[in-house]
Amino acid sequence: MTDQDDSARLGAYAHPERLVSTTWLAEHQGDEHVVVIESSEDVLLYETGHIPGSVKVDWHTDLNDPVTRDYLDGEGFAALFGRLGIRRDATLVVYGDKSNWWAAYALWVFTLFGHEDVRLLDGGRAKWIAEGRPLTREATVRQAVDYPVVERDDSGIRAFKEDVLSHLGSPLIDVRSPLEYTGERTTAPEYPEESALRAGHIPTAQNVPWGKAAAADGTFRSRAELEAIYQDGAGLAPGDDVIAYCRIGERSSHTWFVLTHLLGYEGVRNYDGSWTEWGSAVRVPIVRGEQPGEAPATLVG
Amino acid sequence: MTTQLDAIREEFLAVEPRERLLLLLEYADDLPPLPARFGDSTDLLERVPECQAPVFVRSELENGAVHVHASAPAEAPTTRGFASVLAHGLDGLTKEEALAVPDDFPDTLGLTSAVSPLRLRGMHGMLARIKRQLREA
Repeated sequence: MTDQDDSARLGAYAHPERLVSTTWLAEHQGDEHVVVIESSEDVLLYETGHIPGSVKVDWHTDLNDPVTRDYLDGEGFAALFGRLGIRRDATLVVYGDKSNWWAAYALWVFTLFGHEDVRLLDGGRAKWIAEGRPLTREATVRQAVDYPVVERDDSGIRAFKEDVLSHLGSPLIDVRSPLEYTGERTTAPEYPEESALRAGHIPTAQNVPWGKAAAADGTFRSRAELEAIYQDGAGLAPGDDVIAYCRIGERSSHTWFVLTHLLGYEGVRNYDGSWTEWGSAVRVPIVRGEQPGEAPATLVG
Repeated sequence: MTTQLDAIREEFLAVEPRERLLLLLEYADDLPPLPARFGDSTDLLERVPECQAPVFVRSELENGAVHVHASAPAEAPTTRGFASVLAHGLDGLTKEEALAVPDDFPDTLGLTSAVSPLRLRGMHGMLARIKRQLREA
């Protein structure tokens, strides 16, 4: 694909400023206000070689509270970004492995703290490498800064179990693999079974595996293709309040990004408790099999 | 526990948690390539389904000495590192010595807070499969 095709595709998204191309990054990686962040599933991948000047955010140790199942708080976030030398007005370009799956998760967490200018590198780590662009093992040294303490705002883009219960009857997207959706497994194929006592899906949820939004080279599919997948395929309509979920909220962050920034939906929330919570909670409704199923009448909000 | 594996564990525990990841990276870089007789296919190896990445192991006995061969993709350095620790740590042991390695060895490297539980489970899976192959050898 030529750069021109690429910029036409990017320009068609609802919020094209949320994505940058590898070409754009190559031209801007030295800009003072641009900070490049790698967030990959394999926590050693950054150390094997990263985009020169980038810093690492580890989804496992940096973004989660070590005790409570929750994200870090405002002070923890300020300490993290302060240590990484990121100012509140910095432009963040986040990239990672696996079609930006974990990068989207990190970006979603950054958004909980209202960091305004957050973008994904279209195609992620794989595309950067496929184009023969440089990686380095040299440690990035950035001067620590004061990042303001901003309390996390969970109200707009995060859903809890109670929110999902009262949302039943409105659109839900289950972004896990078909085998997890039907209830044959509790984790993605290739992943060990763990963490949920029951298998299946939340009643009425449509199954749209997250990876459908990514093309073979890890870039996002075009707006027309995404509309075909989510609107024609899963019956969503612009203006819908949508909740997306997966196993722990990482894959559904990717779908949250697609619906919010590429298709322009305004009421999309990510249920990060996801199947590891729902599949172990007492007396919540579960449906097995390929059909979305009905919401219990007593629960329809 | 064997001195070789003890030494590797001591090496990990002697440094700060963040440094331990870099040590694991050194091991990942140092995973011996598969001997040519295995060819380009993985037919002679056993897949380790506990690892998310496509990881394969085969342990062998040669004149009474254990040799562990493993392949793991460059995109999965954590898993490569674990495979390499086991390949180096078990190499040259007797079958009895290798079978006597405690099953919780992966948990003793001081890495539990640095890597996700899923990945450590992958290393458990590798060790269990290596031991089973040796029992059957």
